[in-house]
Amino acid sequence: MEAGAKPLTIAPRGPRLAERLRLSYVDGILLGTSIGLAALSVFVLATATSEEIAGQPGYFAIRQGLYAVVGVALMVALAQLDYTRLSDLRLSIYVTLVAAIALVLLGGAAVRGSQRWIELPLFRFQPSELAKVLLCVSLAAFAFDRVRRPFGIGATLSLLALGLGPAALVFLQPDLGTGITFAVITVAILYIAGVPWQHFAAIAAVAALIGGGALAVGSTLGIDVLRGYQEDRLTSFLNPGDDPSDSGYQAEQAVIAVGSGEIAGRGDDATQSELLFLPERHTDFIFAVIGERYGFAGTTLVVLLYGVLLWRLLRILRLAGSFYGTMIAGGIVAMLAFQVILNIGMNLAIMPVAGIPLPLLSYGGSSVIGTLIALGLLQSIHVQARRT
Amino acid sequence: MYLLERPEGIPSRLTNRVRTRVAVLAVLLAAALATILFRLWSVQVLDGERYRALAEDNGIREIRVQPARGHVLDRNGEVLVGNRTVMALELRPSDLPPDRPERRRVLARLESVAGLSHAVLQRKLREAPRHTGYPIVLKQGLSRALIFYLLENQRDFPGVSVERTYVRDYPHGSLVSHALGIVGQVSPAQLARPAYRDLEPGDVIGQSGLERTYDRYLRGIAGEQRVQVDALGRPKAELPGVAGRPGASLRLTLDAGLQETAEGALAERGLPGGFVAMDVRSGAVLAIGSYPTYDPAFYVRPHTAAEYSRLERRSGAPLLNRAIQGGYPTGSAFKPITATAALEEGLIEPDTIFNDTGSFDVGGLVLHNAGGAAYGAIDMSDALQVSSDVYFYSLGLRARASGRHGQIQDWAQRYGLGQRPGIDISGASAGLIPTPAWRNRVYRKGSNPYIDRPWTQGDNVNLAIGQGDVQVTPLQLARAYAALANGGRLVTPHIGGRVIGSDGETIARIKPEPKRRLRISESTRSTILEGLNRAAMEPGGTSYSVFGSFPVAIAGKTGTAERGEGSPDQSWYAAIAPYGDPRIVVAATVERGGFGVESAAPIVAQILERYFDADRGKTAYPLDRSYAGVE
Repeated sequence: MEAGAKPLTIAPRGPRLAERLRLSYVDGILLGTSIGLAALSVFVLATATSEEIAGQPGYFAIRQGLYAVVGVALMVALAQLDYTRLSDLRLSIYVTLVAAIALVLLGGAAVRGSQRWIELPLFRFQPSELAKVLLCVSLAAFAFDRVRRPFGIGATLSLLALGLGPAALVFLQPDLGTGITFAVITVAILYIAGVPWQHFAAIAAVAALIGGGALAVGSTLGIDVLRGYQEDRLTSFLNPGDDPSDSGYQAEQAVIAVGSGEIAGRGDDATQSELLFLPERHTDFIFAVIGERYGFAGTTLVVLLYGVLLWRLLRILRLAGSFYGTMIAGGIVAMLAFQVILNIGMNLAIMPVAGIPLPLLSYGGSSVIGTLIALGLLQSIHVQARRT
Repeated sequence: MYLLERPEGIPSRLTNRVRTRVAVLAVLLAAALATILFRLWSVQVLDGERYRALAEDNGIREIRVQPARGHVLDRNGEVLVGNRTVMALELRPSDLPPDRPERRRVLARLESVAGLSHAVLQRKLREAPRHTGYPIVLKQGLSRALIFYLLENQRDFPGVSVERTYVRDYPHGSLVSHALGIVGQVSPAQLARPAYRDLEPGDVIGQSGLERTYDRYLRGIAGEQRVQVDALGRPKAELPGVAGRPGASLRLTLDAGLQETAEGALAERGLPGGFVAMDVRSGAVLAIGSYPTYDPAFYVRPHTAAEYSRLERRSGAPLLNRAIQGGYPTGSAFKPITATAALEEGLIEPDTIFNDTGSFDVGGLVLHNAGGAAYGAIDMSDALQVSSDVYFYSLGLRARASGRHGQIQDWAQRYGLGQRPGIDISGASAGLIPTPAWRNRVYRKGSNPYIDRPWTQGDNVNLAIGQGDVQVTPLQLARAYAALANGGRLVTPHIGGRVIGSDGETIARIKPEPKRRLRISESTRSTILEGLNRAAMEPGGTSYSVFGSFPVAIAGKTGTAERGEGSPDQSWYAAIAPYGDPRIVVAATVERGGFGVESAAPIVAQILERYFDADRGKTAYPLDRSYAGVE
C-alpha cells in the first residue's frame, strides 16, 4: 500500500436525488402510508380477484398498480408545486371542474344506469373524482378571499352556492354518494374558513326544510326526487334483509363476509367473495373482501392506516404556511374521512350503501389518481410550510 | 392535541377559533374510527363464528336426489313399469315473492318464457295443495334453451326450478294398468303418517294399485347432493353428499303374455268386463284385467282437474277395475256353491235325483229353466252339466235361511263371497251375499228401491242359482272355484311375487297364507267337479260348444245373470284346469254379454289356450315351483 494514497471515499456528486425532489420536506409518514395503502390494494386485488376475468388473473391488480404508479408520480410532482399559486387560477379551475361534470352529463358513458364516466382512448375517466380535488382548491381560494373580514350571511351563501352547484350536477348523473361528498367538502371548507355556527344552524334548518319538503311534495305529486334504488339504499339500511335482491342484500352479504373472517381471516377459503355473494367486491366492497380474507387483523391494519393518514392530514392542516393551505387541507381531510367512514360503515352495515369508493383501496383509476393528487397537494402544503 | 402540534420552529398562524374547530374535527374523526373498530370487534371477534357459519351455508345448496323407483316386472322379468327421466319445470308457490305485484311479474315472466298460458298457470296454482314447499310440476320435457335460460336467470324466477325427475314409463302401454296403479306426489296428509316420515314434499309415492301396496320396496331412498353454488346459484363444486338408494324391483306373478291375450280377448267383445286367472294352489294371479282400460301414462304428464274428470267420466268408467270392483249376480256360476251347501249340509246325497219338469212353483210363482228346457230325472252331476235351474230351485227351497245366516249363505261366506278377497291391491269389493237379516234391514230403511219387500224363501231360491241381490266379483268367483279345485284352501290372491334388490338378490317373497280351509268332503268335491267337467266337455253341457274339443280337460261353469228389464244378461264363465290335476282357475265376466257361453266362455277359452300353449312350450312352467304357496 503506497503511502499518501487517498483513502477511498465516494465523493458527493451533486445534490442527492431526495434533495432534488425536495423529498426531505415531504411528510414521510404520509407518503409511506399513502403508498402502503395503494400497495395493499394491489395485493388484495391480486389475491382476491384472480378469477374475476377468465384468462386474465392479474387484470385488476396490474391496472391498479399502474394507476398507483401514475398517481404516486403525480403526487410527488405536485409536492414540488407551490400550491398558493393555484389561488390565482381559482376561476379557471372552478370552470374546468364544472365543465368536466357537465360534459359527463351531456355525453358521458352510462354504466349501470348512471353517467359518471368519459370514455378516453386508454381508460374510462370519472371526472367527478378529480373534480372533488379541484373543488377543494378553488372553493378554498374563493373562501380565502373572504377570510380577512368576518363572514356575512351573503358571503356564506355565495360560497355555499359555489360548492353545491357542482354537487347538484353530480347528483344529477346520478351519483348520490359523490354528490354528498361534494357537499361535505363545501361544508368542511366553510367550517375551517370560520363561518359562524349560526350560519351552519340556519343552513341545516333550511336544508332539512327543503329536503323534507321536496320529498313530501314529490311523493304527493308522484315525482321521485330520489331514484328508486337510491331511496332503496337509504331505506333498506334501516330495514336490512328486507329485500334480498338489492342493497339490503348487498350490505348483509358484506357483513357476513367481514364477520366470517373472524380474527385471522379465511385466506383462500373465503367463499363470500369467491362465490360472488359479495357484489362489487373489487370496488365498493373491497373492505369486506379484506375482512373475509384477513380477518380482524387485516381490517384493523386498514383502519389504523387510515387513522395515520387522517392524523397526518390534520397535522398538515395545522401547520400550513397559508390559511389557504389550511382550507384546502380541511376540504381534503373531510373528503377522505367522509369516504373512508361511509365506505367502511357501508361494509359493516352501519351506513347506507352509497356507492362511494374506499380511497386508495377500491379499484379504479380516477379514484386512485384523484386521491393521490389530493395527497400530493397536501404534501405541497407540507413542503411549503417546512421550507419557510 | 399533542399529535397535531406544529413542529418546533414553525409559528402558528391559526386563530384560536380555527384551532378549536380543527380539534373538534379531529375528535369527530377519532370517534368515527373508534366506532368502526368497535363494530369490527363486534362483527369479527364476538359474532365471527355466527357469520362464518352463515357464510359457509350461503354457498351450499342441498339438492334432494330422487331415487329411481324400482321396476315392476312380470313373472318372466318382462318390464311392465320402468322409468325415464324428464326435465320438469317446477314451481314452489311458497317461494314466490310475497308482494303481489312482484309475484304477478314473476308469473308473467314465467308464462312468456315457458310458453304457458295465463289461464293454465292460474289453474295449476289454484289446484295446487297450499302447503309450504310443495312444488307444482308445470311442464315436462323442456328444451335445452329454456333450461339454460332459467338456470342463468334464477334470480328473476324465485320459486321456479328445473328438476331432473324420474317418471314412470309403461313399455306395454295400458297393459295391466288397473292393477299396476299409479304414482304421485306424497300428500300433506300422507306425510303425517309414520310410513312416510322420511319423505319430503314433492317426493313421489305409489298412490294406488301395486305401486301403493309395495311402495316401501319400490320407492328407494332419496339421496342428498351438496353443491357449492355461487350467488347466482351456479354450481361451483360438488361436496360429499349422501348417496340415495334406488328402489327394489317388484316381480309379479303375472304373465305378460297371458295378460295380453286375456285383455285382447276381453277387448274383442267391446263390452265392459273383467277377468282373473289365478294359480289354484298359491293364489298367485297370472292375469287380471278390466275393460275398458286407460293409459297410465296419463298420470305421468301434468294434468288438470278438468282433464282428470274427463277421463273419469269417459264411457264405460275406465278407471273402475271390474276384476276386483265389479260386483254382479253370477247366475249359474254360483251353482257349485249351492251344491257344496246342499251336499255338505245333507240336504241331498250326490245321487239324489230330482225330476226336472222344466218348471218350478214357489208359492204360486212358476219359474222355468233357461230356454224352457225340461231335463227329466237328473242327479247333481247332471244338474251341473246342463245347469238345471229347477234342480237348484229345489235346493234353494230346502236350504234354511234365517237372520244373518243360511245354509247357502254360510257356505258362500266360507268360499270368500261377500268378503274382501285380501288381494294385494286396494279397492277390492266385498260383494254381497244376501241374508234375511240384510234384506229386511235394507227394506226397513227403504234406501234401495229394488228391495221392495222383506225376505222370503223365494229369495233363497233365487240365490241358489246366483240371481237377485247377490254380488260377486270375478276375483271372488275365481277364488271360490280355486278353493273347490285345491281341496278347500281359500287362498289369498296376490299379484306381487318377489321383491328383487338392485344386485338381483331376493329381498322378500310374497307368499300370503291361505285365508282358511274349507271342510268339503272328497265326494262333494268330486261330484261338483265332475258335473263342471261334463258341463264343459260332454255333449249337452252348457259350454260344450266352446270347450267340447279343448285339448286339456277342464271343469267350467257358465253364468247368465239378469241385469233387469230390457238389458242383455251379464255373461259369466269360471273354469278350473286341468280337470284331473287343477292348477289354474279363470273367471271372466262381460256386462250385457248375454249367455255365459256366448261372451265369457270364449274369453276363458282363449286365456286357457294361451296358458297351455305356453305350458307346452316350456318344459316346466314356473307356476307351481316358484310361487306355489304351501306344500
